[in-house]
Amino acid sequence: MTRQIEVQSLCKSYQIGKLQHDLSLREQLVDFVKNPFSQKREKDETIWALKDVSFHADEGEVIGIIGRNGAGKSTLLKVLSRITHPTSGDVNVKGRIAALLEVGTGFHDELTGRENVYLNGSILGMKKFEIDQHFDAIVEFSGVEQFIDTPIKRYSSGMRLRLGFAVAAHLDPDVLVVDEVLAVGDASFQKKCIKAMDGLRSSGRTVFFVSHNLAAVENLCSRGIWIDAGKIRMDGGAKEVIASYMASFSGEQVSGTDLSTKTNRLGSGEIRYTKLEYLSLDGMPYAIIRSGDALVLRFHYHAAASLHELSFGFRLFSEMGTLITECGHWMHGFRISKVDPGDGYIDLEIESLTLLPGRYHLSLWITAPGGRPVYDGDVQASLEIEASDVYRSGRMIDNRYGFVYFPQRWKVGGSVVSG
Amino acid sequence: MDTVTVTYMHEKPRVMKNYAKCSTLLELWEYRELFYFLAWRDMKVRYKQTVLGVLWAIMQPLFTMLIFTVVFGRVANISSEGVPKPVFYFSALLPWFYFSSTLTNAGMSLVSSAGLLTKIYFPRIILPAAAALGSLVDFMIGSVLLIGFIVYYDIPIGWNLLLWPILVLPLTVLAFGSGTFLAALNVKYRDIKYAIPFGIQLLLFVTPIIYPTNVFPERFQWLLAINPLSGLIESFRYALVPKYPVHWDVLGLSLAVTTVILVGAVWYFKRTEKAFADIV
Repeated sequence: MTRQIEVQSLCKSYQIGKLQHDLSLREQLVDFVKNPFSQKREKDETIWALKDVSFHADEGEVIGIIGRNGAGKSTLLKVLSRITHPTSGDVNVKGRIAALLEVGTGFHDELTGRENVYLNGSILGMKKFEIDQHFDAIVEFSGVEQFIDTPIKRYSSGMRLRLGFAVAAHLDPDVLVVDEVLAVGDASFQKKCIKAMDGLRSSGRTVFFVSHNLAAVENLCSRGIWIDAGKIRMDGGAKEVIASYMASFSGEQVSGTDLSTKTNRLGSGEIRYTKLEYLSLDGMPYAIIRSGDALVLRFHYHAAASLHELSFGFRLFSEMGTLITECGHWMHGFRISKVDPGDGYIDLEIESLTLLPGRYHLSLWITAPGGRPVYDGDVQASLEIEASDVYRSGRMIDNRYGFVYFPQRWKVGGSVVSG
Repeated sequence: MDTVTVTYMHEKPRVMKNYAKCSTLLELWEYRELFYFLAWRDMKVRYKQTVLGVLWAIMQPLFTMLIFTVVFGRVANISSEGVPKPVFYFSALLPWFYFSSTLTNAGMSLVSSAGLLTKIYFPRIILPAAAALGSLVDFMIGSVLLIGFIVYYDIPIGWNLLLWPILVLPLTVLAFGSGTFLAALNVKYRDIKYAIPFGIQLLLFVTPIIYPTNVFPERFQWLLAINPLSGLIESFRYALVPKYPVHWDVLGLSLAVTTVILVGAVWYFKRTEKAFADIV
């Protein structure tokens, strides 16, 4: 195989604390007058976003880059795609590299869809004749044919996204760098996008893919690089790297979401949620919740006064705001007749969380039975679900397949041959 | 399918095309289409959703010319060296508006495209360059109006008229050079955002637009010549009216200063561009 990209002892540091660009010209001038001979006034604190990162990739490799927030994944992508310069080290790329760090980079609101396809295409590195060639396919992929000559300021955010991704899907680089762009868009569209990326892989392109969606990384990538605190912690087969990455979470104590500081909430406030914890059945805090896990939601509250006849509950939304379900103990005929002033909690036990991976929003409320008055309402919390092998088939079921799954069994009869 | 590759410590790196060392000019050529598209975007967007549209390109110099003719020409009675007052002002205002809008657009280009800088690679200098090209169209449209002046004031047509399009080149270089320098500075010091409109206002008065160079005594004229715009603007007047007393030495000085500004600006830009994406 041909070597496509070579990265040697890459380092990238940022100065934190008082950044140079936070200074106005006046401050620097005053500074200069006061002390004309010093180069820098105070020692800035240096943080290393990348420290001595070396690897190389061959043609046709699809490499998933995983790691926690702030580990240096995005910095690595930015250095690879030459957006930012490394502090030291070398990147050698053979051929054309395209970076997809955002969908629809450079879109201009006043321009029409058609005009933006050309603008965005050329920003992403396509030649005009290439855009001409692919134009019809791009429009078809995006599904906004009707509005192609409408200024995109009239587009919905979904339409923009589709148009942006449609252009990106027709890029033909030797190396493609993709950051988390699959996280947006609906399931059918994501399917299209993954197909497009698969196409790149099979035509021998090198792809770097950053995602928090581990199932997508496992599906798409042959190799994984795990970045931790700016260094490569592990480089190997995608499955092995993901397994080690996941294992690193166990034993970690992440307390739940602190709700006491949330400000934009409704209600009269006699009783407020203070904290939401995600626990296992034996009361241990979860660091990472996977599809199918048993889950205890522990709702902590603080009551300012003695209250009678309360109803606790929450609504669960998809990331895009679709209501998935609403839960409340009142529906179970479970009555809370009195709450004394002070702190307390109630638990909701879920034997098996049948949510597919993704990010979900919770909106918590406390009301009197029947919904009025509202004591505390629209308290926002989020729930992150990671993929797991929910059907015990060895296959990661990710959010391409919707929001929920049912415990299920397939049986065959007649002339169907299975196995 | 799964290939496990862990360390590559001992393999020798193969020689590859190193983009960072790729010559700048060659790279600019590779990105010429993006340059064209960005300039096209600037032109396209400028008059979208306006009623008068491209007429705005003419209105600015035209109305300023009218006011100047009345206030400075008639009321203050400033000399125009025998040139009809409207011609005197219009021939200076056209290049002036081209210069000032290019300077503003180029100076703001990097900061206003911060989204591009942090998301995609391209030779950064394309941004101020595209801004300069975008304003050129306004200048060309305005220049068409000159035909009206030539006919109305019965100005004899001569070879000097050829100087008009030729002078656009140094004017563009000057505007692009100063704009590029300010753009790079603006990334780091947002003071520039406020300094540009203010500086342009002041520049209007220290450039022979309202008055001809000759209103100053001969021994002070060199002061005016430090401003490279002076020589260029006066020469634009000469291009239209050949009897206009142009100072060739001042033009020569302007061209020299223009070159220095361009070289200095590109040098400073190249030196600082590596950090643009980190600090913009």
